Amino acid sequence: MTALLDIKDLVVEFPVGGRVVQAVTRVSLTVQRGETLGLVGESGCGKSTLGRAVLQLYQPKSGAVVFDGQDLTKLSPPLMRKMRQRLQMIFQDPIASLNPRRRVGDIVAEPLIIAGVTDADERLRRVRAVLTEVGLDPDITMARLPHEFSGGQCQRISIARALILEPELIVCDEPVSALDVSIRAQIVNLLEDMKDRYGLTLLFIAHDLAVVKAVSDRVAVMYLGRICEVAPTETLFRTPAHPYTRLLLDAIPMPDPDIRPVEGVAVGEPPSPIAPPSGCRFRTRCPRAAGRCAAEMPELVALPSGQMVACHFPLI
Amino acid sequence: MSMLEVENTIVDLPTPRGMLRAVDGVDLTLEAGKTLGVVGESGSGKTMLSRAILQLLPRRAKLSGAIRFDGQDMTRIPAETLRKLRAKSVAVVFQDPMTSLNPVLTIGTQLTETMREHLGVSQSEAISRGIALLAEVGIPSPEQRMGNYPHQLSGGMRQRVAIAIALSCAPKLLIADEPTTALDVTVQAQILDLLAREQRSRHMAMMLITHDLGVVAGRTDEVAVMYAGRVVERAPTRELFHHMRMPYTAALMAALPKLDAPPHTRLPAIGGRPPDPINPPPGCSFAPRCSYADAVCDKAKPPLSAPDRMAHQFACIRPLPVKVAA
Repeated sequence: MTALLDIKDLVVEFPVGGRVVQAVTRVSLTVQRGETLGLVGESGCGKSTLGRAVLQLYQPKSGAVVFDGQDLTKLSPPLMRKMRQRLQMIFQDPIASLNPRRRVGDIVAEPLIIAGVTDADERLRRVRAVLTEVGLDPDITMARLPHEFSGGQCQRISIARALILEPELIVCDEPVSALDVSIRAQIVNLLEDMKDRYGLTLLFIAHDLAVVKAVSDRVAVMYLGRICEVAPTETLFRTPAHPYTRLLLDAIPMPDPDIRPVEGVAVGEPPSPIAPPSGCRFRTRCPRAAGRCAAEMPELVALPSGQMVACHFPLI
Repeated sequence: MSMLEVENTIVDLPTPRGMLRAVDGVDLTLEAGKTLGVVGESGSGKTMLSRAILQLLPRRAKLSGAIRFDGQDMTRIPAETLRKLRAKSVAVVFQDPMTSLNPVLTIGTQLTETMREHLGVSQSEAISRGIALLAEVGIPSPEQRMGNYPHQLSGGMRQRVAIAIALSCAPKLLIADEPTTALDVTVQAQILDLLAREQRSRHMAMMLITHDLGVVAGRTDEVAVMYAGRVVERAPTRELFHHMRMPYTAALMAALPKLDAPPHTRLPAIGGRPPDPINPPPGCSFAPRCSYADAVCDKAKPPLSAPDRMAHQFACIRPLPVKVAA
């Protein structure tokens, strides 16, 4: 396997009231071709910003986003526009991400028009094919407006729009968080089917660890703009190396009445990203924190177990 | 007599397309000191049910049935009595603390005004009680926080403040409507811990409304599962999780991704969608999506009944078999 996506030392900053928030701080990650990399973390940790920065929706301050050998941060706008056909995105709110005034057939056809497919018959054929692929009946859906559909169906339409140009990489930003349990399972299954059918590579961003576990080959954990841990999915869930990963796992409410929730697993809340703690950013909530954690920012290093962890005192 | 008795409660909401039956004949009871989990997906009627109990339904909603709190029918008492009852006996915590708190009043004002109004305590007494409450719900430096506005607090801290306000008049019943849905998982755990601790120490009854089976599993005495406006299964929590009888409950459980399953395990999704609440099917609402349904299920709505064990009720003609302990 070769890395389809190689994020190198990426920094994304936003100005906020005369100050600067570093939303993504020197993040390096690779995603292999055909792989699903899960990206988890709490709100404000920078996971969505990282996902958008991959697609150059935010201009990174420094670092590189190498996609299939080309650094996207260095591409000219026309070249990036062309490149976008190979990288797509699916958003959290399926209803808000569809233009309410356009018909579903037009919404799904739009990427084809941008990509320069001028033959209307060809466009119609491809729209019908992709709608069928995501489980919608083109005869019923194409002439309708988004508000006539439920959240789950709107997410199917968004997926159809993302797939129509047959991209290689899709960044999925919380694609099932807004959906009910029964619908969520349908969409997770659909994404898995589409990944096989189109040979996709996915960057799957979510806060729900159970959903991430269900779809990911590897998982990266993010906290306040930094990657804490990256590991093969099973390893990360079985033997987390970073205390923050452990905390996230312990905080999941388990649908099993025989597992009594342990009170007091979680303490505190993430500090403001405007003034992150010195050294390790998790140290203010970490039960293992010591003097070194305040002085020195831990770098991501490989453990013998195959996982990468940024911690001075890892759990394994 | 139970503390809360909900009897054949029906809520109809007028819509441009016709009458929408949000709650369709719900019966529930809740005893003092107990926690009832109400689980359902969006549109199942769980929030409308809680609004009916609080008498906080939209003005045009039509309510029928009886809702008795300590023997008093909330639907029949005068507005002023209801206002007092709501303030002192029944409190509520909503999903989004940013919208349930007033953005232009300080935390202190919002905390003390309820106590002054309903407990008749002096301003200084209300302030000292308010500070004690903020400390109790885990807010650091509560004296300073009294002067803060909601936007100066994080989502988790705001929810703690909303809980402090709800507790300020020592309610007998606390209704928590998706109290942690807007929060991160680590903060969710802290808020659920806090609610459980307060419920125990104050011997309150609590109704915990959620879409998440994981939230109710470890933290309730009893669970009621709602689908399309009706309670379709209700049992003590352990009994429910170990012996699900209603196919909907089992399907909802199966559709959850499991932490102990390897990656890329296919989820048994529930096909289709809930029925249109304006034109519900004549039979069981879940029948069109149910893999156990047959022609009988489409004829009439099965009543919520307890054929085998008194404590375990379900509304199903073709229930899952009773699991025999191995």
